[in-house]
Amino acid sequence: MTMLQFNGVHTYYGPIHVLKGVNYRVEEGEIVCLLGANGAGKTTTMKTILGLVRPTEGTVVFKGQEIGKMTPSQVVKAGIAPVPEGRRVFSRMSVSENLELGAYVRSDHKAIADDMSRVFDLFPRLKERRKQLAGLMSGGEQQMLAIGRAMMARPTLLIMDEPSMGLSPIFVERVFDTVQSINKQGVTIFMVEQNANMALTIANRGYVLQNGEVVLENDAASLLQSELVRKTYLGEAIEVS
Amino acid sequence: MNQFLQSLPDTLVQGLAIGMMYALIALGYTLVYGILELINFAHGDVFMLGGLFSWAALQHFFGAQIGANYGVLGGGTLVMAIILAFLIATVSCGGVGFVIERFAYRPLRNAPKLAPLVTAIGVSFIIENAVLVWQTGTGNMELTYPSLINQQIIPVLGLHIPSKAIIVFVTAPILMVGLLYLVGNTRMGKAMRATAQDQEAARMMGIDVNRVISFTFIVGSVLAGCAGVIYALYYNSIDYSVGFLAGLKAFTAAVLGGIGNIRGAMLGGLLVGEVESIVDSIDASQGVGLQWAEPAVFLVLMCVLIFRPTGLLGAQVVDKA
Ligand SMILES: Nc1ncnc2c1ncn2[C@@H]1O[C@H](COP(=O)(O)OP(=O)(O)O)[C@@H](O)[C@H]1O
Ligand SMILES: [Mg+2]
Repeated sequence: MTMLQFNGVHTYYGPIHVLKGVNYRVEEGEIVCLLGANGAGKTTTMKTILGLVRPTEGTVVFKGQEIGKMTPSQVVKAGIAPVPEGRRVFSRMSVSENLELGAYVRSDHKAIADDMSRVFDLFPRLKERRKQLAGLMSGGEQQMLAIGRAMMARPTLLIMDEPSMGLSPIFVERVFDTVQSINKQGVTIFMVEQNANMALTIANRGYVLQNGEVVLENDAASLLQSELVRKTYLGEAIEVS
Repeated sequence: MNQFLQSLPDTLVQGLAIGMMYALIALGYTLVYGILELINFAHGDVFMLGGLFSWAALQHFFGAQIGANYGVLGGGTLVMAIILAFLIATVSCGGVGFVIERFAYRPLRNAPKLAPLVTAIGVSFIIENAVLVWQTGTGNMELTYPSLINQQIIPVLGLHIPSKAIIVFVTAPILMVGLLYLVGNTRMGKAMRATAQDQEAARMMGIDVNRVISFTFIVGSVLAGCAGVIYALYYNSIDYSVGFLAGLKAFTAAVLGGIGNIRGAMLGGLLVGEVESIVDSIDASQGVGLQWAEPAVFLVLMCVLIFRPTGLLGAQVVDKA
Protein backbone atom coordinates (compact mmCIF):
# COMPACT_ATOMS: atom_id res chain seq x y z
CA MET A 1 0.00 0.00 0.00
CA THR A 2 1.17 3.53 -0.69
CA MET A 3 1.63 5.33 2.59
CA LEU A 4 2.40 8.82 1.40
CA GLN A 5 2.34 10.47 -1.96
CA PHE A 6 3.14 14.01 -3.16
CA ASN A 7 1.58 14.81 -6.53
CA GLY A 8 3.06 17.92 -8.17
CA VAL A 9 3.25 19.89 -4.93
CA HIS A 10 4.11 23.59 -4.98
CA THR A 11 4.60 25.66 -1.84
CA TYR A 12 5.43 29.29 -1.18
CA TYR A 13 6.61 31.38 1.77
CA GLY A 14 5.05 34.67 0.71
CA PRO A 15 6.66 35.39 -2.64
CA ILE A 16 9.37 32.72 -2.24
CA HIS A 17 8.63 29.67 -4.34
CA VAL A 18 10.08 26.69 -2.42
CA LEU A 19 8.71 23.35 -3.62
CA LYS A 20 8.33 23.44 -7.38
CA GLY A 21 6.07 20.57 -8.35
CA VAL A 22 7.60 17.69 -6.39
CA ASN A 23 6.47 14.08 -6.46
CA TYR A 24 7.39 11.64 -3.69
CA ARG A 25 6.04 8.21 -2.95
CA VAL A 26 6.58 6.25 0.28
CA GLU A 27 5.32 2.67 0.46
CA GLU A 28 4.18 1.00 3.65
CA GLY A 29 7.07 -0.47 5.64
CA GLU A 30 9.77 1.46 3.76
CA ILE A 31 12.54 3.73 4.95
CA VAL A 32 12.74 6.50 2.38
CA CYS A 33 15.48 9.07 2.57
CA LEU A 34 15.35 12.67 1.32
CA LEU A 35 18.73 14.20 0.48
CA GLY A 36 19.51 17.74 -0.53
CA ALA A 37 21.69 20.76 0.17
CA ASN A 38 20.73 23.42 2.72
CA GLY A 39 17.78 25.43 1.52
CA ALA A 40 16.65 22.78 -0.99
CA GLY A 41 13.21 22.49 0.64
CA LYS A 42 13.58 19.38 2.79
CA THR A 43 12.18 20.91 5.98
CA THR A 44 9.46 22.55 3.90
CA THR A 45 8.55 19.07 2.67
CA MET A 46 8.16 17.89 6.27
CA LYS A 47 6.11 20.95 7.21
CA THR A 48 3.89 20.40 4.20
CA ILE A 49 3.16 16.85 5.32
CA LEU A 50 2.23 18.10 8.78
CA GLY A 51 -0.06 20.82 7.49
CA LEU A 52 2.15 23.64 8.78
CA VAL A 53 2.72 24.78 5.18
CA ARG A 54 -0.09 24.53 2.64
CA PRO A 55 0.49 23.45 -0.94
CA THR A 56 -0.73 26.08 -3.38
CA GLU A 57 -0.95 23.42 -6.06
CA GLY A 58 -0.84 19.62 -6.06
CA THR A 59 -1.98 17.08 -3.51
CA VAL A 60 -0.51 15.31 -0.49
CA VAL A 61 -2.11 11.91 -0.01
CA PHE A 62 -1.72 9.77 3.12
CA LYS A 63 -3.20 6.25 2.99
CA GLY A 64 -5.52 7.26 0.19
CA GLN A 65 -6.71 10.39 1.99
CA GLU A 66 -5.88 13.94 0.87
CA ILE A 67 -4.19 15.65 3.84
CA GLY A 68 -2.95 18.82 2.11
CA LYS A 69 -5.77 20.89 3.60
CA MET A 70 -5.82 19.29 7.04
CA THR A 71 -4.72 21.01 10.24
CA PRO A 72 -1.59 19.63 11.96
CA SER A 73 -3.82 18.23 14.67
CA GLN A 74 -5.83 16.22 12.12
CA VAL A 75 -2.63 15.03 10.43
CA VAL A 76 -1.18 13.79 13.72
CA LYS A 77 -4.47 12.07 14.54
CA ALA A 78 -4.38 10.37 11.13
CA GLY A 79 -1.11 8.69 12.17
CA ILE A 80 1.85 10.89 11.22
CA ALA A 81 4.34 12.00 13.86
CA PRO A 82 7.39 14.25 13.42
CA VAL A 83 10.91 14.26 14.78
CA PRO A 84 11.55 17.91 13.94
CA GLU A 85 14.74 19.53 12.73
CA GLY A 86 16.74 20.71 15.73
CA ARG A 87 14.78 18.33 18.01
CA ARG A 88 12.46 21.03 19.38
CA VAL A 89 11.90 19.34 22.73
CA PHE A 90 10.05 21.49 25.26
CA SER A 91 13.09 22.48 27.24
CA ARG A 92 11.34 23.84 30.35
CA MET A 93 9.18 20.76 30.71
CA SER A 94 10.17 17.42 32.17
CA VAL A 95 11.07 14.40 30.10
CA SER A 96 7.82 12.64 30.94
CA GLU A 97 5.77 15.76 30.18
CA ASN A 98 7.44 15.89 26.78
CA LEU A 99 6.46 12.30 26.18
CA GLU A 100 2.89 13.01 27.31
CA LEU A 101 2.72 15.84 24.80
CA GLY A 102 3.71 13.39 22.08
CA ALA A 103 0.48 11.55 22.89
CA TYR A 104 -1.52 14.80 23.02
CA VAL A 105 -4.08 13.78 20.38
CA ARG A 106 -4.75 10.44 22.01
CA SER A 107 -7.20 9.73 24.80
CA ASP A 108 -6.60 6.00 25.42
CA HIS A 109 -4.88 6.58 28.78
CA LYS A 110 -4.08 2.95 29.47
CA ALA A 111 -2.36 2.45 26.12
CA ILE A 112 -0.49 5.74 26.53
CA ALA A 113 1.00 4.48 29.81
CA ASP A 114 2.04 1.25 28.07
CA ASP A 115 3.65 3.18 25.24
CA MET A 116 5.52 5.34 27.73
CA SER A 117 7.06 2.27 29.36
CA ARG A 118 7.93 0.96 25.89
CA VAL A 119 9.76 4.22 25.13
CA PHE A 120 11.55 3.90 28.49
CA ASP A 121 12.59 0.35 27.52
CA LEU A 122 13.93 1.66 24.24
CA PHE A 123 15.76 4.55 25.93
CA PRO A 124 16.55 3.66 29.57
CA ARG A 125 18.36 6.99 29.88
CA LEU A 126 15.03 8.78 29.52
CA LYS A 127 13.55 6.72 32.33
CA GLU A 128 16.37 7.69 34.68
CA ARG A 129 15.79 11.34 33.81
CA ARG A 130 12.06 11.42 33.46
CA LYS A 131 11.61 14.11 36.13
CA GLN A 132 14.41 16.25 34.76
CA LEU A 133 13.86 19.28 32.50
CA ALA A 134 14.43 18.34 28.88
CA GLY A 135 16.57 21.43 28.28
CA LEU A 136 19.16 20.20 30.78
CA MET A 137 19.96 17.05 28.81
CA SER A 138 22.68 16.59 26.20
CA GLY A 139 21.92 16.93 22.51
CA GLY A 140 21.97 13.17 22.02
CA GLU A 141 19.60 12.59 24.90
CA GLN A 142 17.29 15.30 23.57
CA GLN A 143 17.25 13.54 20.21
CA MET A 144 16.26 10.29 21.95
CA LEU A 145 13.50 12.24 23.66
CA ALA A 146 12.33 13.73 20.36
CA ILE A 147 12.15 10.25 18.85
CA GLY A 148 10.40 8.82 21.92
CA ARG A 149 7.97 11.73 21.90
CA ALA A 150 7.06 11.02 18.28
CA MET A 151 6.54 7.33 19.07
CA MET A 152 4.06 8.33 21.78
CA ALA A 153 1.66 9.35 19.01
CA ARG A 154 1.64 5.69 17.82
CA PRO A 155 2.38 6.81 14.26
CA THR A 156 2.17 4.63 11.18
CA LEU A 157 4.41 7.14 9.41
CA LEU A 158 7.35 8.73 11.19
CA ILE A 159 8.83 11.79 9.51
CA MET A 160 12.32 12.69 10.67
CA ASP A 161 14.19 15.88 9.81
CA GLU A 162 17.96 15.48 10.12
CA PRO A 163 17.87 13.32 13.25
CA SER A 164 21.65 12.92 13.35
CA MET A 165 22.45 16.61 13.01
CA GLY A 166 24.96 17.91 15.56
CA LEU A 167 25.34 14.60 17.38
CA SER A 168 28.54 12.81 18.40
CA PRO A 169 29.42 9.70 16.34
CA ILE A 170 28.16 7.35 19.06
CA PHE A 171 24.77 9.01 19.12
CA VAL A 172 24.63 9.14 15.32
CA GLU A 173 25.06 5.38 15.32
CA ARG A 174 22.38 4.99 17.97
CA VAL A 175 19.94 7.14 16.04
CA PHE A 176 20.30 5.04 12.91
CA ASP A 177 20.01 1.82 14.93
CA THR A 178 16.86 3.16 16.54
CA VAL A 179 15.39 4.18 13.19
CA GLN A 180 15.95 0.66 11.93
CA SER A 181 14.40 -1.01 14.95
CA ILE A 182 11.37 1.31 14.86
CA ASN A 183 10.98 0.44 11.19
CA LYS A 184 11.15 -3.28 12.00
CA GLN A 185 8.18 -2.77 14.35
CA GLY A 186 6.20 -1.81 11.26
CA VAL A 187 6.51 1.98 11.25
CA THR A 188 7.13 3.54 7.84
CA ILE A 189 9.85 6.18 7.84
CA PHE A 190 10.40 9.24 5.68
CA MET A 191 13.71 10.78 6.70
CA VAL A 192 15.66 13.90 5.76
CA GLU A 193 19.39 13.41 6.23
CA GLN A 194 22.68 15.14 5.50
CA ASN A 195 24.57 12.02 6.46
CA ALA A 196 23.86 10.43 3.08
CA ASN A 197 26.18 7.49 3.58
CA MET A 198 24.55 6.23 6.78
CA ALA A 199 21.05 7.13 5.66
CA LEU A 200 21.30 5.31 2.34
CA THR A 201 22.76 2.28 4.08
CA ILE A 202 19.57 1.76 6.05
CA ALA A 203 17.06 3.17 3.53
CA ASN A 204 15.15 1.32 0.83
CA ARG A 205 14.88 4.25 -1.54
CA GLY A 206 15.82 7.88 -1.73
CA TYR A 207 15.14 11.22 -3.38
CA VAL A 208 17.56 14.05 -4.10
CA LEU A 209 16.06 17.52 -3.88
CA GLN A 210 17.71 20.56 -5.47
CA ASN A 211 16.19 24.03 -5.32
CA GLY A 212 12.75 22.61 -4.68
CA GLU A 213 12.85 20.03 -7.46
CA VAL A 214 13.45 16.29 -7.32
CA VAL A 215 16.50 15.74 -9.53
CA LEU A 216 17.09 12.10 -8.73
CA GLU A 217 15.16 9.20 -7.28
CA ASN A 218 16.20 5.59 -7.02
CA ASP A 219 16.69 2.65 -4.68
CA ALA A 220 19.25 3.35 -1.98
CA ALA A 221 21.99 1.12 -3.33
CA SER A 222 21.90 2.78 -6.76
CA LEU A 223 21.88 6.24 -5.20
CA LEU A 224 24.99 5.35 -3.21
CA GLN A 225 26.70 4.54 -6.51
CA SER A 226 25.37 7.52 -8.44
CA GLU A 227 27.73 10.23 -9.61
CA LEU A 228 25.63 13.09 -8.22
CA VAL A 229 25.25 11.67 -4.74
CA ARG A 230 28.87 10.57 -4.48
CA LYS A 231 30.15 13.98 -5.55
CA THR A 232 27.75 16.24 -3.76
CA TYR A 233 26.82 14.43 -0.57
CA LEU A 234 29.24 11.63 0.11
CA GLY A 235 32.24 13.77 -0.84
CA GLU A 236 31.19 16.24 1.82
CA ALA A 237 30.35 13.61 4.35
CA ILE A 238 33.69 11.85 3.99
CA GLU A 239 35.65 15.08 4.31
CA VAL A 240 33.76 16.03 7.43
CA SER A 241 34.14 12.73 9.21
CA MET B 1 6.23 57.62 62.67
CA ASN B 2 5.23 56.01 65.94
CA GLN B 3 1.70 55.70 64.70
CA PHE B 4 3.02 54.03 61.54
CA LEU B 5 5.07 51.49 63.50
CA GLN B 6 2.22 50.66 65.82
CA SER B 7 -0.08 49.89 62.94
CA LEU B 8 2.57 48.13 60.86
CA PRO B 9 1.23 44.59 61.36
CA ASP B 10 -2.24 45.70 60.29
CA THR B 11 -0.72 47.60 57.38
CA LEU B 12 0.96 44.41 56.23
CA VAL B 13 -2.31 42.48 56.45
CA GLN B 14 -4.01 45.08 54.29
CA GLY B 15 -1.09 44.99 51.89
CA LEU B 16 -1.53 41.26 51.62
CA ALA B 17 -5.20 41.70 50.73
CA ILE B 18 -4.70 44.25 47.97
CA GLY B 19 -1.54 42.42 46.89
CA MET B 20 -3.54 39.27 46.27
CA MET B 21 -5.91 41.33 44.18
CA TYR B 22 -3.04 42.73 42.10
CA ALA B 23 -1.61 39.23 41.80
CA LEU B 24 -4.86 37.96 40.29
CA ILE B 25 -4.75 40.69 37.65
CA ALA B 26 -1.02 40.29 37.06
CA LEU B 27 -1.53 36.60 36.24
CA GLY B 28 -3.57 37.53 33.17
CA TYR B 29 -0.82 39.83 31.84
CA THR B 30 1.79 37.19 32.43
CA LEU B 31 -0.18 34.27 30.92
CA VAL B 32 -0.91 36.17 27.73
CA TYR B 33 2.61 37.58 27.47
CA GLY B 34 4.07 34.12 28.03
CA ILE B 35 2.26 32.77 25.00
CA LEU B 36 1.96 35.68 22.59
CA GLU B 37 4.58 38.18 23.82
CA LEU B 38 1.70 40.63 23.75
CA ILE B 39 0.98 43.17 26.48
CA ASN B 40 -2.78 43.09 26.66
CA PHE B 41 -3.48 46.70 27.61
CA ALA B 42 -7.20 46.02 27.73
CA HIS B 43 -6.70 43.59 30.62
CA GLY B 44 -7.19 46.24 33.31
CA ASP B 45 -10.51 47.12 31.74
CA VAL B 46 -11.65 43.51 31.84
CA PHE B 47 -10.88 43.71 35.57
CA MET B 48 -13.09 46.79 35.83
CA LEU B 49 -15.88 45.02 33.92
CA GLY B 50 -15.83 42.23 36.53
CA GLY B 51 -16.78 44.78 39.17
CA LEU B 52 -19.31 46.45 36.91
CA PHE B 53 -21.16 43.35 35.69
CA SER B 54 -21.35 41.91 39.19
CA TRP B 55 -22.65 45.26 40.44
CA ALA B 56 -25.43 45.09 37.85
CA ALA B 57 -26.26 41.50 38.76
CA LEU B 58 -26.38 42.29 42.47
CA GLN B 59 -28.67 45.26 41.84
CA HIS B 60 -30.90 43.12 39.66
CA PHE B 61 -31.28 40.11 41.93
CA PHE B 62 -30.69 41.53 45.40
CA GLY B 63 -31.53 45.21 44.84
CA ALA B 64 -34.31 45.32 47.41
CA GLN B 65 -32.37 43.67 50.22
CA ILE B 66 -29.24 45.72 49.48
CA GLY B 67 -31.25 48.94 49.52
CA ALA B 68 -32.95 48.00 52.79
CA ASN B 69 -29.77 47.22 54.75
CA TYR B 70 -27.16 49.72 53.52
CA GLY B 71 -25.63 47.05 51.29
CA VAL B 72 -25.27 44.48 54.03
CA LEU B 73 -26.77 41.02 53.62
CA GLY B 74 -26.93 38.16 56.04
CA GLY B 75 -26.96 34.38 56.17
CA GLY B 76 -27.94 32.45 53.06
CA THR B 77 -28.65 35.61 51.06
CA LEU B 78 -25.10 36.81 51.69
CA VAL B 79 -23.58 33.56 50.48
CA MET B 80 -25.82 33.52 47.41
CA ALA B 81 -24.98 37.14 46.59
CA ILE B 82 -21.23 36.52 46.85
CA ILE B 83 -21.47 33.43 44.68
CA LEU B 84 -23.58 35.32 42.16
CA ALA B 85 -21.09 38.20 42.01
CA PHE B 86 -18.14 35.91 41.29
CA LEU B 87 -20.15 33.74 38.90
CA ILE B 88 -21.31 36.69 36.81
CA ALA B 89 -17.79 38.14 36.74
CA THR B 90 -16.40 34.77 35.70
CA VAL B 91 -18.84 34.21 32.86
CA SER B 92 -18.96 37.75 31.52
CA CYS B 93 -15.24 38.51 31.76
CA GLY B 94 -14.34 35.10 30.37
CA GLY B 95 -16.59 35.91 27.42
CA VAL B 96 -15.15 39.39 26.99
CA GLY B 97 -11.60 38.02 27.05
CA PHE B 98 -12.50 35.43 24.43
CA VAL B 99 -14.09 38.03 22.17
CA ILE B 100 -11.19 40.49 22.50
CA GLU B 101 -8.67 37.87 21.47
CA ARG B 102 -10.80 36.39 18.72
CA PHE B 103 -11.72 39.63 17.00
CA ALA B 104 -9.06 42.18 17.97
CA TYR B 105 -5.81 40.24 18.34
CA ARG B 106 -6.13 37.07 16.28
CA PRO B 107 -6.43 38.85 12.92
CA LEU B 108 -3.12 40.53 13.75
CA ARG B 109 -1.34 37.39 14.94
CA ASN B 110 1.25 37.56 12.16
CA ALA B 111 1.45 41.33 11.93
CA PRO B 112 4.45 43.26 13.34
CA LYS B 113 4.37 43.45 17.16
CA LEU B 114 3.38 47.12 17.19
CA ALA B 115 0.01 46.45 15.52
CA PRO B 116 -1.54 44.29 18.27
CA LEU B 117 -0.04 46.62 20.89
CA VAL B 118 -1.77 49.66 19.42
CA THR B 119 -4.94 47.59 19.00
CA ALA B 120 -4.77 46.65 22.68
CA ILE B 121 -4.64 50.32 23.64
CA GLY B 122 -7.59 50.91 21.32
CA VAL B 123 -9.62 48.11 22.89
CA SER B 124 -8.90 49.59 26.30
CA PHE B 125 -10.23 53.00 25.22
CA ILE B 126 -13.31 51.41 23.64
CA ILE B 127 -14.23 49.53 26.82
CA GLU B 128 -13.62 52.51 29.11
CA ASN B 129 -15.59 54.87 26.91
CA ALA B 130 -18.45 52.45 26.39
CA VAL B 131 -18.81 52.15 30.16
CA LEU B 132 -18.45 55.93 30.58
CA VAL B 133 -21.24 56.51 28.04
CA TRP B 134 -23.42 54.02 29.88
CA GLN B 135 -22.63 55.61 33.25
CA THR B 136 -23.43 59.15 32.08
CA GLY B 137 -26.46 57.99 30.10
CA THR B 138 -28.02 56.26 33.08
CA GLY B 139 -26.96 58.87 35.63
CA ASN B 140 -24.81 56.34 37.46
CA MET B 141 -21.64 58.38 37.68
CA GLU B 142 -20.70 57.06 41.06
CA LEU B 143 -21.66 53.45 41.53
CA THR B 144 -21.73 52.43 45.15
CA TYR B 145 -20.86 48.79 45.40
CA PRO B 146 -22.62 47.03 48.28
CA SER B 147 -20.21 45.84 50.95
CA LEU B 148 -22.43 42.73 51.45
CA ILE B 149 -20.58 41.76 54.63
CA ASN B 150 -21.17 43.78 57.77
CA GLN B 151 -18.07 45.98 57.98
CA GLN B 152 -16.25 45.36 61.19
CA ILE B 153 -12.78 44.76 62.52
CA ILE B 154 -12.05 41.19 63.50
CA PRO B 155 -9.30 40.76 66.09
CA VAL B 156 -7.04 37.81 65.31
CA LEU B 157 -3.81 37.25 67.30
CA GLY B 158 -3.53 40.95 68.10
CA LEU B 159 -4.13 41.94 64.48
CA HIS B 160 -7.14 43.95 63.37
CA ILE B 161 -8.45 42.35 60.23
CA PRO B 162 -11.19 44.17 58.36
CA SER B 163 -14.06 41.83 57.54
CA LYS B 164 -13.93 42.84 53.87
CA ALA B 165 -10.41 41.37 53.67
CA ILE B 166 -11.79 37.94 54.57
CA ILE B 167 -13.36 37.56 51.12
CA VAL B 168 -9.94 38.21 49.53
CA PHE B 169 -8.16 35.80 51.84
CA VAL B 170 -10.65 33.07 50.98
CA THR B 171 -11.14 33.53 47.24
CA ALA B 172 -7.72 34.66 45.97
CA PRO B 173 -5.73 31.68 47.28
CA ILE B 174 -8.32 29.28 45.89
CA LEU B 175 -8.04 30.91 42.46
CA MET B 176 -4.23 30.96 42.57
CA VAL B 177 -3.86 27.35 43.68
CA GLY B 178 -6.46 26.39 41.07
CA LEU B 179 -4.43 28.13 38.38
CA LEU B 180 -1.18 26.46 39.46
CA TYR B 181 -2.92 23.10 39.31
CA LEU B 182 -4.44 23.86 35.94
CA VAL B 183 -1.15 24.93 34.37
CA GLY B 184 0.97 22.36 36.14
CA ASN B 185 -1.10 19.20 35.94
CA THR B 186 -3.86 19.24 33.38
CA ARG B 187 -3.68 18.36 29.70
CA MET B 188 -4.67 21.91 28.76
CA GLY B 189 -2.05 23.31 31.12
CA LYS B 190 0.65 21.26 29.45
CA ALA B 191 -0.58 22.46 26.08
CA MET B 192 -0.37 26.05 27.36
CA ARG B 193 3.21 25.63 28.51
CA ALA B 194 4.20 23.85 25.32
CA THR B 195 2.64 26.63 23.25
CA ALA B 196 4.43 29.28 25.32
CA GLN B 197 7.79 27.58 24.81
CA ASP B 198 7.62 26.67 21.13
CA GLN B 199 4.43 27.36 19.27
CA GLU B 200 5.38 25.53 16.09
CA ALA B 201 6.57 22.45 17.96
CA ALA B 202 3.30 22.51 19.91
CA ARG B 203 1.38 22.47 16.64
CA MET B 204 3.52 19.52 15.52
CA MET B 205 2.24 17.61 18.55
CA GLY B 206 -1.30 18.18 17.31
CA ILE B 207 -2.05 20.96 19.81
CA ASP B 208 -4.69 23.36 18.49
CA VAL B 209 -2.80 26.55 19.28
CA ASN B 210 -5.77 28.80 18.58
CA ARG B 211 -7.81 26.96 21.18
CA VAL B 212 -4.96 27.21 23.67
CA ILE B 213 -4.68 30.95 23.10
CA SER B 214 -8.45 31.43 23.46
CA PHE B 215 -8.37 29.39 26.64
CA THR B 216 -5.47 31.45 28.00
CA PHE B 217 -7.36 34.71 27.42
CA ILE B 218 -10.45 33.26 29.08
CA VAL B 219 -8.50 32.10 32.15
CA GLY B 220 -6.67 35.42 32.50
CA SER B 221 -9.90 37.36 32.08
CA VAL B 222 -11.76 35.23 34.63
CA LEU B 223 -9.02 35.92 37.18
CA ALA B 224 -9.19 39.64 36.39
CA GLY B 225 -12.98 39.60 36.64
CA CYS B 226 -12.84 37.98 40.07
CA ALA B 227 -10.23 40.56 41.09
CA GLY B 228 -12.73 43.19 39.93
CA VAL B 229 -15.34 41.83 42.33
CA ILE B 230 -12.76 41.79 45.11
CA TYR B 231 -11.75 45.39 44.35
CA ALA B 232 -15.34 46.60 44.27
CA LEU B 233 -16.20 44.86 47.54
CA TYR B 234 -13.03 46.19 49.15
CA TYR B 235 -13.39 49.82 48.11
CA ASN B 236 -17.21 49.85 47.88
CA SER B 237 -17.14 51.54 44.51
CA ILE B 238 -16.56 50.85 40.86
CA ASP B 239 -16.42 53.04 37.77
CA TYR B 240 -15.13 53.08 34.21
CA SER B 241 -11.71 54.45 35.16
CA VAL B 242 -10.45 52.07 37.85
CA GLY B 243 -9.04 49.55 35.37
CA PHE B 244 -6.33 51.92 34.20
CA LEU B 245 -4.36 52.41 37.41
CA ALA B 246 -5.04 48.96 38.86
CA GLY B 247 -4.07 47.43 35.52
CA LEU B 248 -0.89 49.46 35.39
CA LYS B 249 0.10 48.41 38.91
CA ALA B 250 -0.69 44.78 38.17
CA PHE B 251 1.36 44.99 34.99
CA THR B 252 4.18 46.41 37.10
CA ALA B 253 3.73 43.45 39.43
CA ALA B 254 4.01 41.04 36.51
CA VAL B 255 7.23 42.70 35.29
CA LEU B 256 8.56 42.86 38.85
CA GLY B 257 8.18 39.10 39.29
CA GLY B 258 9.38 38.32 35.77
CA ILE B 259 6.87 38.61 32.95
CA GLY B 260 5.67 35.25 31.66
CA ASN B 261 6.40 33.66 35.02
CA ILE B 262 3.28 32.63 36.93
CA ARG B 263 4.83 32.47 40.40
CA GLY B 264 6.59 35.72 39.59
CA ALA B 265 3.25 37.43 38.97
CA MET B 266 1.97 36.21 42.33
CA LEU B 267 5.08 37.40 44.16
CA GLY B 268 5.11 40.69 42.27
CA GLY B 269 1.45 41.30 43.10
CA LEU B 270 2.04 40.76 46.81
CA LEU B 271 5.06 43.08 46.77
CA VAL B 272 3.18 45.85 45.00
CA GLY B 273 0.32 45.48 47.47
CA GLU B 274 2.68 45.70 50.45
CA VAL B 275 4.59 48.69 49.09
CA GLU B 276 1.35 50.49 48.39
CA SER B 277 -0.07 49.70 51.80
CA ILE B 278 3.11 50.69 53.67
CA VAL B 279 3.50 53.96 51.80
CA ASP B 280 -0.18 54.76 52.27
CA SER B 281 0.27 54.17 55.99
CA ILE B 282 3.32 56.45 56.13
CA ASP B 283 1.36 59.09 54.21
CA ALA B 284 -1.46 58.80 56.71
CA SER B 285 0.89 59.19 59.67
CA GLN B 286 2.46 62.30 58.10
CA GLY B 287 -0.75 64.15 57.55
CA VAL B 288 -3.54 64.49 55.08
CA GLY B 289 -3.50 64.38 51.32
CA LEU B 290 -0.21 62.64 50.63
CA GLN B 291 -0.20 60.18 47.72
CA TRP B 292 3.21 58.59 47.40
CA ALA B 293 2.04 55.01 46.90
CA GLU B 294 2.08 55.01 43.09
CA PRO B 295 5.48 56.63 42.65
CA ALA B 296 6.86 54.24 45.27
CA VAL B 297 5.57 51.19 43.41
CA PHE B 298 7.25 52.30 40.21
CA LEU B 299 10.44 53.25 42.05
CA VAL B 300 10.63 49.72 43.43
CA LEU B 301 10.11 48.36 39.92
CA MET B 302 12.93 50.50 38.55
CA CYS B 303 15.31 49.48 41.33
CA VAL B 304 14.56 45.79 40.83
CA LEU B 305 14.98 46.03 37.07
CA ILE B 306 18.38 47.71 37.43
CA PHE B 307 19.70 44.73 39.37
CA ARG B 308 17.52 42.00 37.84
CA PRO B 309 16.47 43.07 34.35
CA THR B 310 14.29 39.99 33.92
CA GLY B 311 12.42 40.48 37.20
CA LEU B 312 12.71 38.71 40.53
CA LEU B 313 11.98 35.16 39.37
CA GLY B 314 13.11 35.63 35.77
CA ALA B 315 11.12 36.34 32.65
CA GLN B 316 9.96 33.35 30.66
CA VAL B 317 9.50 34.19 27.05
CA VAL B 318 9.42 31.79 24.16
CA ASP B 319 12.56 29.68 23.96
CA LYS B 320 14.61 30.65 20.98
CA ALA B 321 16.87 27.60 21.28
N1 LIG C 1 9.45 30.65 7.29
C1 LIG C 1 10.10 30.93 6.14
N2 LIG C 1 9.89 32.12 5.53
C2 LIG C 1 10.52 32.42 4.37
N3 LIG C 1 11.37 31.61 3.74
C3 LIG C 1 11.62 30.41 4.30
C4 LIG C 1 10.99 30.01 5.53
N4 LIG C 1 11.43 28.77 5.85
C5 LIG C 1 12.28 28.41 4.86
N5 LIG C 1 12.39 29.39 3.94
C6 LIG C 1 13.19 29.33 2.71
O1 LIG C 1 12.74 28.23 1.96
C7 LIG C 1 13.83 27.54 1.40
C8 LIG C 1 13.80 26.08 1.81
O2 LIG C 1 13.98 25.99 3.21
P1 LIG C 1 14.00 24.60 3.98
O3 LIG C 1 12.85 23.80 3.53
O4 LIG C 1 14.12 24.91 5.40
O5 LIG C 1 15.35 23.96 3.43
P2 LIG C 1 16.17 22.69 3.94
O6 LIG C 1 15.44 22.06 5.06
O7 LIG C 1 16.26 21.83 2.73
O8 LIG C 1 17.51 23.21 4.34
C9 LIG C 1 15.08 28.26 1.85
O9 LIG C 1 15.50 29.11 0.80
C10 LIG C 1 14.65 29.05 3.03
O10 LIG C 1 15.38 30.24 3.12
MG1 LIG D 1 16.04 21.75 6.98
